[in-house]
Amino acid sequence: MARFLARRLLFALVLVLVVSSASLVLARLAPGDVSAQLGPFASPTEIASTRARFGLDRSPAAQWTLWAGRALRFEFGESFLYNRPVRGLIGRAAANTAALAVVALAAATLLGIPLGMFTGSRRGAGAALVRGASLVFLSVPPLLTSLILVFIAATTRLFPPGGMTTAGALEVGWSAWLLDVAIHIPLPALALALPIAATFERLQSQSMTEALHQPFALAALARGVAPRDVIVRHAWRVSLRPICAVYGLAIGALLSGSFIVEFVTAWPGLGRLMYEALRARDIYLVAGCAAMGGLFLAFGSLIGDLLLAAADPRVRERQAA
Amino acid sequence: MRRAGQVLLGLVVLIAAAAPWLAPNPPDRAFTELLYAPPTPIRFTPRLRLSPEEGFGAAGLFMYPQRLVSRLERRFEEDRQHPAALEWFTGGRLVTVAEAQGGPLLLLGADRFGRDTFSRLLYGARASLALAAVATVLALAIGALVGGVAGYAGGTVDDLLSRFTDFVLVLPAIYVALALRAVMPLVLPPATVFVGLTGIFALLGWPIVARGVRAIIASERERDYALAVHALGARPSRILLRHLLPAAGGYLGVQATLLLPAFILAEATLSYVGLGFPETVPTWGTLLQEAANVSLLAEAPWMLAPAAAIFIVVLAVNLAVQGTGRAPVQLEP
Repeated sequence: MARFLARRLLFALVLVLVVSSASLVLARLAPGDVSAQLGPFASPTEIASTRARFGLDRSPAAQWTLWAGRALRFEFGESFLYNRPVRGLIGRAAANTAALAVVALAAATLLGIPLGMFTGSRRGAGAALVRGASLVFLSVPPLLTSLILVFIAATTRLFPPGGMTTAGALEVGWSAWLLDVAIHIPLPALALALPIAATFERLQSQSMTEALHQPFALAALARGVAPRDVIVRHAWRVSLRPICAVYGLAIGALLSGSFIVEFVTAWPGLGRLMYEALRARDIYLVAGCAAMGGLFLAFGSLIGDLLLAAADPRVRERQAA
Repeated sequence: MRRAGQVLLGLVVLIAAAAPWLAPNPPDRAFTELLYAPPTPIRFTPRLRLSPEEGFGAAGLFMYPQRLVSRLERRFEEDRQHPAALEWFTGGRLVTVAEAQGGPLLLLGADRFGRDTFSRLLYGARASLALAAVATVLALAIGALVGGVAGYAGGTVDDLLSRFTDFVLVLPAIYVALALRAVMPLVLPPATVFVGLTGIFALLGWPIVARGVRAIIASERERDYALAVHALGARPSRILLRHLLPAAGGYLGVQATLLLPAFILAEATLSYVGLGFPETVPTWGTLLQEAANVSLLAEAPWMLAPAAAIFIVVLAVNLAVQGTGRAPVQLEP
């Protein structure tokens, strides 16, 4: 297990390093730089001093060396878009994205797994309806769910169509701010969760049906265990394995999907920040966002692997080897 | 269900091909008096053509011209005094209403420049589908080549290629696409955008293809027929391309149906955030941009029409691959 963890940590390190370095160099080589932000009337000396301040007068290689040396001490440079250290910016954005992802994953699990147990163990109109609904939601990517939910929010005015907080909520107090976030989060979280919930429902349904067809289920029924208990206590545990296997993938899908959801619903997360940084050629912010995204990804797949190991002893043995 | 999906997909392709004939109006014609006009209601009269003055067509379908009542409230009213018959098979179009007769016919309303959303949707299908199709072919070609070489060569080459494939596979595709597109100049001519986006999508789509092809080729090269052509003295490139790769044909077909909707979505996402095609080119992504204005969206829900189009394509593919024993489309972007 220790060897497995060490290997994954090394992988995470390599991923973060490669992804952030590549995006730094890529953004540096892109046409246009920060001096465009000074406006068309900036004097040449002004432009030169700004470029020197952000290390743009060095060669890309020299700039990367300087940046990498600082990044190892968690100094990611300064954002010229926000005029603030990158570290604080990406920290806050990452927290927002993580909150969104956690709520979305919880919602997808709470929706998908019980519904999958229902459709996997029953026939009839109700189950057919749920099955049809999840086939539809499988075909609605987060881009569409978020647009449709924003549309519903805008027409019914039941919940705010975007943003994370109402302006000035923090001044009222912490509890008011938290409540405000709680009102804003269901829309983006649901937009992100619905396609994943549909995936979970389909998988859980299939594996539940399979588990109920196995001899142990029949044996339990013959012993006089109530059908309800056979489903909830015996078959469910066996049927969880495929779900655990896709959890790692689901975390990757959350990260990918969160970009467009954050964009459509104006959620101030990592994806939005990276987009702004890319457009403004804010190279240190781009690299910082990429590093954070890589970290997310590495931990997501690690959690997925650990879940899989918990559910399947065969995987545990392979990981130990 | 599978057949339904295939038919639906074929229908979408047909509609895209016949867009100039099916569209009632030119896609870039701006009706400046009809900004955000709602869809034109089509009415039916049981009377057949009575006289040319009355102007009712043979099918008895007609519409009333829309007139702007309040620019501020974007309120439109039908002009009941001047019914206009739908004109079938005139001017190289299936159905249209000439402006002189009281047109235009706006089946899905108009956008902020007064352009016909329905016509733009049909033309948008061409750009979106063509882009996705070219990118799919490219991704399959790269994937088949890399996977084929890795599977056939084995050893160190296989190790290196497989590691690289796995690494690219780990990256969240939409962010890489975003970054690669963002480092190009932001404003580019449409043709350059087309080439750039197909390149980016192909670069992101190949790893999953390569992985499967590698596994197929690696097992296929041990078969007797492969040994036989080797013994006959065929060159490795010939063995790989002519004899082994056809075995991966079915797999490539399934991958094509999975990549196509993913690329349509990727284009829509990039164009939606303003990093795809310029606004003048109708694609499903640039059309969706109109839906970005939340306050207008509530009043003009027909702006969501491109979302419905994307949904139909993804649903068609999900239905078409159902029952082949594969997982449904993984919704990446």
